[in-house]
Order: sequence, then structure tokens, then C-alpha cells
Amino acid sequence: MAHLVSYIYIFSAALFILSLKWMNSPVTARRSVLAGEIGMLMAIAGTLLAFKVFNWEWILAAFFIGTAVGIPIAYIMPMTAVPQRTAMSHACGALAAALVGTAEFYRANQLHEILPTFVMVPLMLETLLGFLTFTGSLMAMGKLQEVLPQRPITYRNQNLTNFALFVIAAGLAVWLIINPTQTWIFPIFAGLALLFGVLLIIPIGGADMPTVIALLNSYAGLSACAMGFVLGNKLLVIAGALDGSSGLILSIIMCKAMNRSFTNVLFGAFGQLQVAHGQAEKRPVRSASPEEAASILEAASSVIIVPGYGLAVAQAQHKIRELFDALMRRGVDVKFAIHPVAGRMPGHMNVLLAEADIPYDRLYEMDDINSEFAQCDVALVIGANDVTNPAARNDKSSPIYGMPILDVDKAHTVMVIKRSMSPGFAGIDNELYYMDKTLMLFGDAKVFVTEILKELPARAAA
Amino acid sequence: MSTDLENTLYIFMLATFLGLEVIRKVSPLLHTPLMSLTNAISAISVIGAIMITGAEGATTLSKVLGFIAITAAVTNIVSGYLITDRMLRMFKKPGGKK
Repeated sequence: MAHLVSYIYIFSAALFILSLKWMNSPVTARRSVLAGEIGMLMAIAGTLLAFKVFNWEWILAAFFIGTAVGIPIAYIMPMTAVPQRTAMSHACGALAAALVGTAEFYRANQLHEILPTFVMVPLMLETLLGFLTFTGSLMAMGKLQEVLPQRPITYRNQNLTNFALFVIAAGLAVWLIINPTQTWIFPIFAGLALLFGVLLIIPIGGADMPTVIALLNSYAGLSACAMGFVLGNKLLVIAGALDGSSGLILSIIMCKAMNRSFTNVLFGAFGQLQVAHGQAEKRPVRSASPEEAASILEAASSVIIVPGYGLAVAQAQHKIRELFDALMRRGVDVKFAIHPVAGRMPGHMNVLLAEADIPYDRLYEMDDINSEFAQCDVALVIGANDVTNPAARNDKSSPIYGMPILDVDKAHTVMVIKRSMSPGFAGIDNELYYMDKTLMLFGDAKVFVTEILKELPARAAA
Repeated sequence: MSTDLENTLYIFMLATFLGLEVIRKVSPLLHTPLMSLTNAISAISVIGAIMITGAEGATTLSKVLGFIAITAAVTNIVSGYLITDRMLRMFKKPGGKK
């Protein structure tokens, strides 16, 4: 029976790999969920049958509670809250790994079994990453849910404090690896790891969340992977490595999309506010009413919509879908330009627009659409800011200089829906708003688009 | 025993490179569902939690920690797969508009 379960694990691992492979296109993607589910069910069933499992009441109760919590989360969660849910699931995954490591450590000590170094090393990694990812993800979730301030929380010698804390935690881990029977160290180590997770995330601002979420994803995966080494389970190693590499790739993509390095995201506390406040003198901007905006959109033959986090905040995706329909019906070619870091997690905007039934062949990546702005009549920016800022191209003193941006400023007319002139998360003024061809549409994205829509049918009838 | 460690390290190395190659090909369109899917997959750590909780003569501490770990992992499995599927259903085929 123990042999059989090894074969089941191999099969599960293959299904997990296929599952990720099928994610390469929306056409095959739904198959990938099925493959993942089958792989998971087989692995769990195999484990329960093959090993002499005791304490069924505990296991079944946990399965029951987990399912009862999981189903409503999956169905009730609005798509705008997906980043929070993702942060929460990183927290859960990391917690599970950390607790299994903790339990294994105490189990061995209880039985006076001295854990060899090749078990202790991954065990300490598992618990370190697990605990810090647990609290770090909770902090990220708090920021995304706006329970915690989204602005970076900084204080003097922050990096030094964090670094010192990490060194102490790592030092304790090494001590425990050398002396695995010193159980009194473990709670201190775990406490420091938990604290470090909090301190690591609080200085990170809302705009950096896509990178942080991806990085936490990677940590959670590596923690599960380390668990595989501790328990000698190769399926765990494979699944953890896949999750770890996925998180790593996503965070690299996010960093590149912001022209920043990991260290800069983690220790740089983005947002040189003092720079922004210096420049914030009143400069004239042109604003327009919904009527004017509607007539410009109607007269256009091509429109590119640039969505950002503001769209998610205003829950405007369904209204934008109506605008998309109204314009497409009039023969206007409408496309969406999506910056990799638009929103609060990788791919956030795509999911929101897909939720509003906008066909995915209308959603374009930055590199595919940037050349089209020069030929497009209207670029309509909704709730995006830094990713459209031309300063990233031509102002060497700007903190976002070098970041790849959407070339919105090359469109014939630019319209920006924005609540007010306040700068974005990076706290950087946007040159785009002061250009002669730019019209500012002040107001809540959802309300403003609704106003534009009211104007459109009236004109068609006239 | 050390040969087993070596084998596992080989597997880890290969799985990491495989993961990097496979994930690189995922369309940016699907990065959000990808993240919830990999999250659900890495909740395979539930089998580790089962082994800890279900071990013969497990202490109360083991049972409690294992219980929390299973609950957290199962929450991830259930909500992860279901929400991934929910998101993927939203991506409409290009021809199917209207």
C-alpha cells in the first residue's frame, strides 16, 4: 500500500504540472482547474488510505471547517476584493507550513529523537518563511482591505531594525540546527519570525502590492517545499517548488514593470513625498463635462481605455462595459491597455474587466498596444496614474524615471477620469494632466461614466 | 539516507526550472487566476498536516497544531480551486460577445 501511494503521488505531481501548463491560454485554462482538483483529491485520498491514520475526529473536523469556510469565500468574494483574498490564502498556506514544522519539531523532542541536520535545516527554513509570510500576508491583507493605512509606515532606522531582527532570528535558527534539543529557543525564534513579517510589510505602500503579493506567494510556496524536505515527501517538494517559482516569476515581472529591484521594493519605502509637495503649485488644467466627453468619444474612430486601481475602488467595471458596448455599437474601435502593475495584484484588471463580460481579445498588454496610441483618437484613463506618467520617460529626477509606461500622451486627445488633482500613491505629480490635449473629467469613475452614457443615446436619437 | 536527500534536491531543482518555464508561458491575462491556482496546489501541504495529526500517539500539541494546519490548508484548497474556476468562467471567448 505504501508503494501504491508513491505512484499516486507521481500521478498527482504530473497533474499539477499539466494544470499549470494549461493556464497558458484562456481556452484551456478551465481544464487546468479540473486537473489540479483531481491531483489534489488523489493525493489526499492516497495519504488517508495508505498511512495508518489515527485521530480521525480531528482530521475530519478540520476538513469540515476548512470546506465550510472555503466555499463561501470563493463564491461571495467580490472580484474587486480578490487581492485581499489572495493575501489571505498566502497567510493560510504559510501558517499551515509553519505549524506542521513546529509540530514536527516538538514531536521529535518529545520522543527524544534528535533531528539530523538535513532535517533541521529545511525545518527551520519552513518555519521561518512560514511564520514571516503568515504575518506579512496578514499585514498586506490589512492594507488591501484598508484596515491598515496604505501609505508606507516608516520610522527612523527601520531597515537597521529589520535587519538586526532578521539576523537574530537566523542566528537562533542556526543555533537550533546545531542543538536541536534546545526547545526553549524555538518559541523565541517563532516570535521573532512573526514580528519580522509584520515589520517587513508595513513600510510598503499600496502601489507596490502587486510585487509584494507575488513575493509572499513565492515564500509560501518555498515554505511548503521545505516541508517536503522535512517529511521526505517529494510531492510536497514539487508542488512547493512550482508555487515558489510561479511567485518568483510574477514578482520579477512586476519589478520589471516598475523598473525597480527587489531590494528597492522591500527596503525603499516608495513615495518621496517631499518632492511631490514641492511641485504641487496650482497649474492650469482643462476640464470637461460629461456632455463634452460623450461627444468627443462619439466622434472618435478609435478609443483606448486605460484602467487602473481607481476603477476597482469605484467598482466601475460594469459601467465601463456599457460604455464599451455603446461605443462599439457606434462603430468606434475600443481597446483596453493594461499595464502589468495596474491594480493591486498581477492580472487584477483583466479579471475585473472579464467579470464585466468584456471579451478578452480586447484586453491588450502594454508592449502590444503602446505603438497604437499614436494613431488613436482618444485615450481614456480611468483611475490609473503613475503608469501613464510621461515623467517616467523624460524626467531623470523623477522617482519613477525608467519605469515602462503606457504611451497615453501620444494619443490625439487624452481624457482622464479622476476624483481630484491629488497625486497617486507614489505621490508624484503627473505631467499628463497639464498637457494641452488633455481633458480632466473630475468625479467618481462610476458616476462619471454613467453620466457619459446618459448623453450617448440622446445623441444617437437626435 | 543522504542519497534520498540528494534525490529530493534533484527533484527540487528540476521542479523549479520546470515551474519557471511553464509559468513564463502563462498569459498575463490570467495572472490573477494563476496565483489562486498555484496557491491551491501548494496547499498540498495538507498531506503533511494529516501525517502530523494522524500519527499514532500524537501529542495534544501535535493534534492542535495539525488541526489548525489542516483547516488552513483545506480552506485554501476549497476556496482556491473554486475561485479560480469562477474567474476563468468570466473570460469570455472572443467570438462569443453579444
